[in-house]
Order: sequence, then structure tokens, then C-alpha cells
Amino acid sequence: MKARIKVTLKNGVLDPQGKAIQHALGALGFDGVEGVRQGKFIEVELAETDKAKAEAALDEMCRQLLANTVIENYAIELDEK
Amino acid sequence: MKSAVIVFPGSNRERDMLNALEMISGTRPAAVWHADSELPDVDLVVVPGGFSYGDYLRTGAIAARAHIMPAVAKAAERGVRVLGVCNGFQILCETGLLPGVLMRNADLKFVCREVMLETANADTDFTRKYAQGQVWRCPVAHGEGNYFADEATIERLEGEGRVGLRYAKGDNPNGSINDIAGILNERGNVFGMMPHPENMIEELNGCTDGRALFESVLEAVA
Repeated sequence: MKARIKVTLKNGVLDPQGKAIQHALGALGFDGVEGVRQGKFIEVELAETDKAKAEAALDEMCRQLLANTVIENYAIELDEK
Repeated sequence: MKSAVIVFPGSNRERDMLNALEMISGTRPAAVWHADSELPDVDLVVVPGGFSYGDYLRTGAIAARAHIMPAVAKAAERGVRVLGVCNGFQILCETGLLPGVLMRNADLKFVCREVMLETANADTDFTRKYAQGQVWRCPVAHGEGNYFADEATIERLEGEGRVGLRYAKGDNPNGSINDIAGILNERGNVFGMMPHPENMIEELNGCTDGRALFESVLEAVA
């Protein structure tokens, strides 16, 4: 099973990298970019075939390592193929 | 004072730290490899600066889950003093021994220069040899030193005197909330700071303002 995990900064947490990207887009002439937030995308391949078990394990992985929940949210998407 | 310095792949300030500790305590500290699972019997454990695991994922994130870290947490629980400097501070936050997180510097630049620090609380095991409010020189070298925690945590840290060090007014190099440069855990035996006192030890450095930090711990454990 393959999982796709998105780790994003929580609302209200300053994202200087997103700001820098926004400025760079402006400099390239892309008008009207009102905000940019940068996050992480992580793909995890699992041997597990049970969906519920996989989800529980992924949630634990996110909480223990993949995300720092002080500043980040995470979202897990499971590809069951 | 017996001490130990934890060494991870990518640590690069451990030698400075070992030298500083030996110079001030008169006893050579033990260097403990990250893959070990036990600490020697010590009064102080130091998590030094560097770029452990190449700062992969988040600074300090991988090191915080290293083999040796449960032993560090257990030592902290027993009341052993634990000091994290720079990457060490980031690692201690990632392990949860200290609250909050060190984020990317507000201006996105790696900052390597000297700053002025203010001793915000001189009544701690790590700052007692400074005077309250004393302003002193110390170098910083980091890209992620922007301390952040939720409002309730900051309020608690401030209310409980757990902000030990601040960047002096106008000298905040990274955008850290309330100019925070160093914080304590609730019990007061774990301290994390971004600046490098181990590099302000010898006359050759041009200044010895960092000595008092180590002398504080030396006195505290005596």
C-alpha cells in the first residue's frame, strides 16, 4: 500500500519561505498571488494490506516523526492499489 | 563535575564543547556516540551543535529519535543537568524535553556573527554566575533559531522565569518570539540555547563571557 502524506504549517505560523516564494512570483510578473504556504509531501510504501491498520500506523508515524505538531498539521491519503 | 557530550553524525561543535568542559571542570568529558544506549554516570549531559543527520526532515528531528536519546530523557528525569546548544537546543525541543520549536530564521539567512545576550533570569543552574540583566557577548551560527511556541506556552515560560537568556534589545538575529535565546524546562535542569558559549571561553577568542555559563553548572552540581 502506498500513502501520501502532506505536512503543512498550521494557520498563524509564520512561513518565511512561503513569503519569499510569493515575492519571487511577483518579481516574475505573476500578479495577484495573495499568499503562498510551503509544506512537505512524503510518500510511504507499506507492506501492510489492512487499511485500518495502515492508517493507524501512518498516524503514529506522523505524530512521532514526520510532523512536528507544535507547528505542523498532517493529512494522510492512502492509495489502496 | 563529570560530563558527557553526545555525538551524532553531522555534529561539528562537539570538540569545542569537550574542550570547554575540560578547561572549566578540569575533567575530560566522555564523548558518547548516538548509537549507544547508555550514558556514563555524569552530572551534566550536553547535546552539542552541528547539523545532525544533515538537518533532514526538520533540524534535530532524526537525532531526537536516536538510540541514545531515551537515556538522555531518563537522566533528565533523574535530575541530571542537560544542556543543548544550537542544534542541541533544536534536538531537545524535538524530543519534547523542552517546549516549542526552532523555526527557520525570519529573514531566511544563515546567521554567523556575534550577538549580545541578556541574562533574563540569573537564578538558574545555567546562569547563576551572571548578574541578573547582565549583557554579554556570544557568537551565534544557525539557520533555524527562530524560537516559536503557542501563546499559552510563551506565557508560561515568561511567567515561570524559564526564559534564561534573551538577545539584547535590537540584536535578535532570527526573529525569535520575545527575543528568546535560551529556555529551561519546568524543573529547571534542562536548558537549551541557540548561541555558542563554548566558543567564548579562552582569551584567544577575544572574550571569555561564555565561561560563566559552564561555571554556573559547575557550581550548581557541586
